[in-house]
Amino acid sequence: MAFGLLKYGFRKRYPAKPQFTPSGTTLKKRYDVVIIGAGAHGAGIAHELAKSHGIRNVALLDKGYLGGGNTARNTAVLRSNYLTEEGVAFYRQSLKLFQGLSNELNYNIMLENRGQLTLAHSDAAIRSFRWRAEVNQHLGVRSELVDRQTIRELVPQLNLSEDVRYPILAGLWHADAATARHDAIVWGYARSACEQGVELHQRTAVQAVEVTNGAVHAVKTNRGRIACGCVVQAVAGSSSIVAKMAGIRLPIHSYPLQAMVTQPYKPLLKPHVSSPHLHVYTHQTSRGEFVIGGGSDPYPRYGSRATLEQKEALSSAILQLLPFLAQAKVLRQWAGTTDMTPDYSPIMGLSPVRNYHLDAGWGTWGFKATPICAKTMAELVATGKPPELIQPFALERFYRFEQINEAGATAAGH
Amino acid sequence: MKLLNCPLNGPRNIAEFTYGGELRPMPDPAATDAQQWAEHLFFPDNGAGIVTEWWCHTATAYWFLAQRNTLTDEVIRTFPPSEVFKQGRKLAGKDGGEKS
Repeated sequence: MAFGLLKYGFRKRYPAKPQFTPSGTTLKKRYDVVIIGAGAHGAGIAHELAKSHGIRNVALLDKGYLGGGNTARNTAVLRSNYLTEEGVAFYRQSLKLFQGLSNELNYNIMLENRGQLTLAHSDAAIRSFRWRAEVNQHLGVRSELVDRQTIRELVPQLNLSEDVRYPILAGLWHADAATARHDAIVWGYARSACEQGVELHQRTAVQAVEVTNGAVHAVKTNRGRIACGCVVQAVAGSSSIVAKMAGIRLPIHSYPLQAMVTQPYKPLLKPHVSSPHLHVYTHQTSRGEFVIGGGSDPYPRYGSRATLEQKEALSSAILQLLPFLAQAKVLRQWAGTTDMTPDYSPIMGLSPVRNYHLDAGWGTWGFKATPICAKTMAELVATGKPPELIQPFALERFYRFEQINEAGATAAGH
Repeated sequence: MKLLNCPLNGPRNIAEFTYGGELRPMPDPAATDAQQWAEHLFFPDNGAGIVTEWWCHTATAYWFLAQRNTLTDEVIRTFPPSEVFKQGRKLAGKDGGEKS
C-alpha cells in the first residue's frame, strides 16, 4: 500500500486514464456535427448522437471549460409540475430519464427523490395551484394541493406563523421532484461521449458561422476553421450572441439569476421548498448546505457578477420561511445568465438556417430538461425532423402566435 | 447601491427605476403584417455591448433613455427622450415625427 502510493506519487504522468479528449488534441478539418457549448445539454446531445444514432464524428466545443457555464450555476431542481400540456409531457419524460441516468452513464449522478413544496400566500396562488394540480394529475404527474397541517408534517421547520406579512395558506406538493449532482451529469455525459469517439475541445470559442445558400457548412474558431455537416447551438445565456453569428434572431432577453449557499448543517430539510410570492426557493444539498435561489435580476445584463441587493432580497425572503437560518453564514454566491423567452418555454428544433439547430431559451428551467432534450435534439440531428415531443417548442411558434405560456409555473416568480 | 442619473430627478437608487426595454422604431401600423409584428414584439436585439434603452423613474412616472453597456453594466449616459423624438407622434398619418 505504502509502496503503491509512493510509486503513484513519483510518476511523471498522471496515472489515471483521461476521461475526456486530452487538451491540446488537434482539431480535425471536418466533423459531421459541431455542438457549440459543452454544458449538460451539449454533452448530452453528443452522448445520444454516438450511442443512439452511431454518429461519432462529432466535435463538442466550449469557449470555457466543460460544464463551466449554467450547468455549474443552476440550483439542481428537477420537477415536472408545469402548467401546459406540452410542458408537462416534456418534463415528465425528462424526470423518468433522470431515474435511470446513473445506470446508463455508469456514473453516479447522486439523484435523490426529494419532492417539492411550493407555497401559496394568497387566494390567487391557491387557485392557480389547484389548476396546476389538475393539469398535472390528468397527465400522470404527482401534484396535489395540500393544507397547512400537511405542510407542517412535510416540512416541520417552516415558519407557519400567521403573524407575518405573508402567511402560508396552502401548498402544491409535487412528489416527483428530485435533485441530482449537476456536475456529475455533464461529466458522465461527456465521458461517455468521448469513449465513443466524440471529441471535446475546451477553450475553443466559435467566432463566426459560415452560411451559404441558407445552409451552414463551417464554423470559425479561435483554433481554426471547421467544416461541418450540421451545427447544434446549446449555449444558454449567450444564445442571442451565437445565433446572431448565423444571422438568426431569437426571442430572448438575457437576465442574470443569482443564488447562494450557506454553511453546511446536519440533514434537516428533505424537500425543495419554493415561494413564488416571496421570490425565493431552497433545498438542502446532500452535503448539508442550503442552496438558495430567487427571481431574476430586475433588468437584462450579460455576465455573472452578483449584487448585494439581490443577496439581501434572497436573505430576507428565506428568513421569513426558515428563521433559523438567521445565524447561517453565506459560503458562496454567484449569478448565471439565463436566456428568458417571452412565454417562459424553451426553443428547440429547426432554425431559419438549414442544418443549424437550436437548443436555447432555457431561462431558469434548462437543467431539469437535460436528458430528454439530449435525446430529442440528437434525434433531430440524425433524422432532420424534430420529434413530436419538441415540435411545439419550435422557434416559429412566435410567428404563429402559438406561445406555450409557462409564466405561472416558475419556482420563484421571475 | 447602484445609482442611475435620472434626467428629471438627478441621481437616485436604481431600485427606484423600472427597466422598459430596448429603444426600437415602432413599425408603421398601416404597412405591417403579422410576421413583422411578431418580429417587433418578440424578437429583441438583446445586444451584448452598449445599447440604448427605456427606463422609468417609478416614483415620478418619468420615462427617459439610457445608454448602458450590458456586458459591464456601466451606464454611459441618460437623457430625456426629446433628444430622439423631436416632435410628438402623429397617430393617424404616415408622416409621424418619429426619428429613430
